[in-house]
Amino acid sequence: MTLLQRLSRPWIWAWLAAALAFAATLGLTSGRGAGELAYAALSFGAFAAIVGMGQMLVITLGPGNVDLSIPATMTLAATLALKVMSTDPGTALLGLGVALAVGLGTGLANFALIFLLRLPPIIATLAASLIYQSLAIWSNRGLRIKPPPGLADFATGRFLGLPNVAWVGLALALIVWVVLERSVWGRWLLAAGQNLRAARLAGMPVEAVRAAAYVTVAVFAALAGYLLASFSGGAALNMGQEYLLMSIAVVVIGGTSIAGGNSNVPGVWGAALFMFLVVSMLNSYGAGAGVRNVLTGTIIIAIVIAASTRRPGA
Amino acid sequence: MTQNANAPVVTLTEAAKHFGAVRALDGVDLSVAPGDCVGLVGHNGAGKSTLVNLINGSFAPSSGQVAFPGGAAGVRSVFQELSLCPNLTVAENLRISHPGLKGPGWRRPARAEICAALDAVFPGHGIAADAEVDTLSIAERQMVEIAIGFAPRGGQARLVILDEPTSALDAGIADQLLAHVKRFCAQGGAVIFISHMLGEIFEVATRIVVLKDGRIVAERPAAGFTRQGLVDAMGHVATEEAAREAESRPPPGAVVIAAEGIEARRGEIVGLSGLAGHGQAAALARLYLSQSSDWRAGRAPRAVFVAGDRPRDGVLPLWSILRNITASILPRDARRGMVDRDRERTVAEEWKRRIGIRTDDLSNPILSLSGGNQQKVLFARALASDAPVVVMDDPMRGVDVGTKQDVYAMIRAEAAAGRTFLWYSTETEEVCQCDRVFVFRNHAISAELAGDQITEERILQASFEMQEAS
Amino acid sequence: MSFLARHRIVLPVVSLAVLLALTFWMQPRAMSYFGLNLLFNLAVPIALATIAQMMIIMVNDIDLSVGAFVSLVACVTATFLNDAPLLGLLILAALILSYAAMGAVIHALALPAIVVTLGMSFVWGGLALFILPTPGGAAPGWLRTLMTVKPPVMPMAVVAAILIAAVTHLLVIRSGIGTVLRGVGGNSRSVARAGWNVTALKALAYGLAGLFGVLAGMALVGLTTSADANIALRYTLLSIAGVILGGGEFTGGKVSPTGAVIGALTLTLAASFLSFMRLSPDWQIGAQGAILILVLTARLVFARRGGAA
Repeated sequence: MTLLQRLSRPWIWAWLAAALAFAATLGLTSGRGAGELAYAALSFGAFAAIVGMGQMLVITLGPGNVDLSIPATMTLAATLALKVMSTDPGTALLGLGVALAVGLGTGLANFALIFLLRLPPIIATLAASLIYQSLAIWSNRGLRIKPPPGLADFATGRFLGLPNVAWVGLALALIVWVVLERSVWGRWLLAAGQNLRAARLAGMPVEAVRAAAYVTVAVFAALAGYLLASFSGGAALNMGQEYLLMSIAVVVIGGTSIAGGNSNVPGVWGAALFMFLVVSMLNSYGAGAGVRNVLTGTIIIAIVIAASTRRPGA
Repeated sequence: MTQNANAPVVTLTEAAKHFGAVRALDGVDLSVAPGDCVGLVGHNGAGKSTLVNLINGSFAPSSGQVAFPGGAAGVRSVFQELSLCPNLTVAENLRISHPGLKGPGWRRPARAEICAALDAVFPGHGIAADAEVDTLSIAERQMVEIAIGFAPRGGQARLVILDEPTSALDAGIADQLLAHVKRFCAQGGAVIFISHMLGEIFEVATRIVVLKDGRIVAERPAAGFTRQGLVDAMGHVATEEAAREAESRPPPGAVVIAAEGIEARRGEIVGLSGLAGHGQAAALARLYLSQSSDWRAGRAPRAVFVAGDRPRDGVLPLWSILRNITASILPRDARRGMVDRDRERTVAEEWKRRIGIRTDDLSNPILSLSGGNQQKVLFARALASDAPVVVMDDPMRGVDVGTKQDVYAMIRAEAAAGRTFLWYSTETEEVCQCDRVFVFRNHAISAELAGDQITEERILQASFEMQEAS
Repeated sequence: MSFLARHRIVLPVVSLAVLLALTFWMQPRAMSYFGLNLLFNLAVPIALATIAQMMIIMVNDIDLSVGAFVSLVACVTATFLNDAPLLGLLILAALILSYAAMGAVIHALALPAIVVTLGMSFVWGGLALFILPTPGGAAPGWLRTLMTVKPPVMPMAVVAAILIAAVTHLLVIRSGIGTVLRGVGGNSRSVARAGWNVTALKALAYGLAGLFGVLAGMALVGLTTSADANIALRYTLLSIAGVILGGGEFTGGKVSPTGAVIGALTLTLAASFLSFMRLSPDWQIGAQGAILILVLTARLVFARRGGAA
């Protein structure tokens, strides 16, 4: 494969941008703190990458498919898991089970609304997320329950120099990549996203594929919520807030096609790192939150426009 | 206006339109003068729609000229597919194509104008100007479109092109339209009237133009044609050879599928024919969908589908040729849910050879292939499976002659081996290859032909309404 | 076709009436000039934001940046418009124009509106933070007076709601250009074939959305007297819900301005009603989601019946 072909792979750009932001930040400190910065990027990037990969599967289904209930699912899964564990040692797996069950439930509920009520996914996941949010508020009651110490140690700990949460994110990325690239189910998902009607007429079970994608995104969000709450010492009602825009942004920046049918797992990770690094770069250059947001928005739109002009026939 | 009242509204001189190598219209001379009602007939793909699109300005001619001696204003088209805004009312739809309606109180004149137009064409229509279009029946929508075509809209209609205007109308309403067309032409308007109802053509047309393969093959005053003569002018003699081959096949076996009024036996090639858009494709799609599931895909599907509308129904555009070929056989060749990539490539290479897909590398994108080769990929996708029934939705569109012969041979061989084919085709020559043919007209089966009965003439007769429009 | 399917406005009106009746029954004191004012006080900016969202949904797109945009306008209103009115007006006009430009770009380059507006929400939010890093500012006096004026017979909020519904009804439903804009949502090919420039029409629809977004932000500051960069973020969801509650549909240009205003009033009232019901505040957001799903289910049932009849 030539260098040019490599450069034309969309995920390369997310990684180049991340590397650039990394270098620019270090330029200010003349190289000091590189390890710490990379470690922080991997820690925080892991959460964005996990929810981003879920969102990617849904966006791959084609235009109009998106899950807006990610923040609510994260919060609900985290609060219920912490409540069940109630800081007791040895309950980490029980909590994980609860969180994943919550994800399964919200995913199935979302798809039931989409499939049975024929609601556009945007409005279905939006309406449902309000209910999940209420459930989270009700179950949490403003308490801040700490995660069991062992779990908190795991979430903030490291293995072979990398944060444990990054290992989880990387393992999931590997699984998602294998499923998309090698499995029958991945083929079906990619085909359904390119042309739902053609996929159906080729004999593919497109509704089952759609259901599985919506359940997967919810389970990933639940897992991210569980880990984030353990990482930050408790669940907060607004803990998922920034991950709605983040999940869509990392998918788009990572080179996944918004038109569907084309996933990009490495790009999601690159974009997740980039989103963290660009914020820390702007911070270290003294830019305020306003400038940061304006630049983030501009980058997203520029990438969408660049992707659309590269599209054949557009 | 000061110019000569008899100057033609539109004159086409050697007008041609090519889409790539396809000559949709191949040098046409036609002139339509005020008072003319030109009946335009021709079989599928004869170039009727292309001619209409040249006149209404949707396409520019590839060569030759389209001239409007009195200007293009007042040239209107009523399209076959419904082109109203369904969320707007009848009067509001007039507003879309009548920018002259302005200012407060534009609704009153809009209502008056559309009511007058509807009253003029369809007396006693019963359509309210304030009814939203999506509350109307298909026939009522068609009536509104026709009325908007004839409405003054700030000027005057001089040439109205009606493309199958009566397809959704019942006989009484259709008669009203025909009467109006005659009145309109008597008052100096011009009409181009396209219909599969030959009775209607004979009733309104002053002149009949027959298109075949992008050329005008006959143009005479209506009185110069007989019905049979018209059918003969449209068609061409079926190849004797193909007909004989159809007879020489062994008798088919047990019934394997019966749905939508269509019955097919094991090893049989069943054709669906009739003019395009008379419900064949929809019936086939329903039939296929009833044989497969939205939720499960087994290792041995009951049926496979070969799409003819490749971009809409068949091609997965982001994928390689390889992945497009194996799309329907993934579960069969998978191991524990994982695609067996070696086996996938073996199968694809074998079909590339057998069906002759012209490419160096199956990893190339599907869109790098020509249309005909893309179609071969879709055939390979279907034939590579073990499904006993193959459903084909006009699969030869844009396929060159050589490929067609290869595919015909392959279909015959597969049928002899026991597969059943359901084959919708817009080309009569292909339908003549079938063991049995169902002819569709107006979304219903109008004739079932078998063996010797399958001739181009019989199919054309069943496709066109031969009786007088009563 | 059933009566309800034909008259899309019936369901929103009935929902509002039922909710209002229940509220009065539980809290008879609300049935007064002062009570109504309290109930519907915050409805005016929400109704305006809902109309803004409706303009976008009318042309088959969706705007995820309404909340951030209204927040930005609120910040501009509480700072520039108060301190240097002319500059403030210029900024607001530029914001409306940039909305129109966004619509033109989305159509001309065939971009997904959901992602572009999502990106723009970062931009608007960032600009708002830039202008007003911490909550503050002050409402221009005239705006404050306008929003707190006490007209005879009916409270300001009700008068304003009726006025907004009437004006937008004239603009979107009655006027010729509004009809063409709805036509873009219904069948843009047919509109293009009749000789219209669809890119310009989309720009117009987005520009109108920008205009009503600006009005929403100004009204909000007139009520709250100060602004902050996150003041109206929830308006994005509220405005989508309001359009849908009001009988609008996501595609096909089927929108109802009167319905959208009623939808916004219903959402505002639902919050008050739920607190009257002594429903724990935990459930208030969820109840809004449940109401939304309920209304959509009801509509689906009626549509099915209508289709079968």
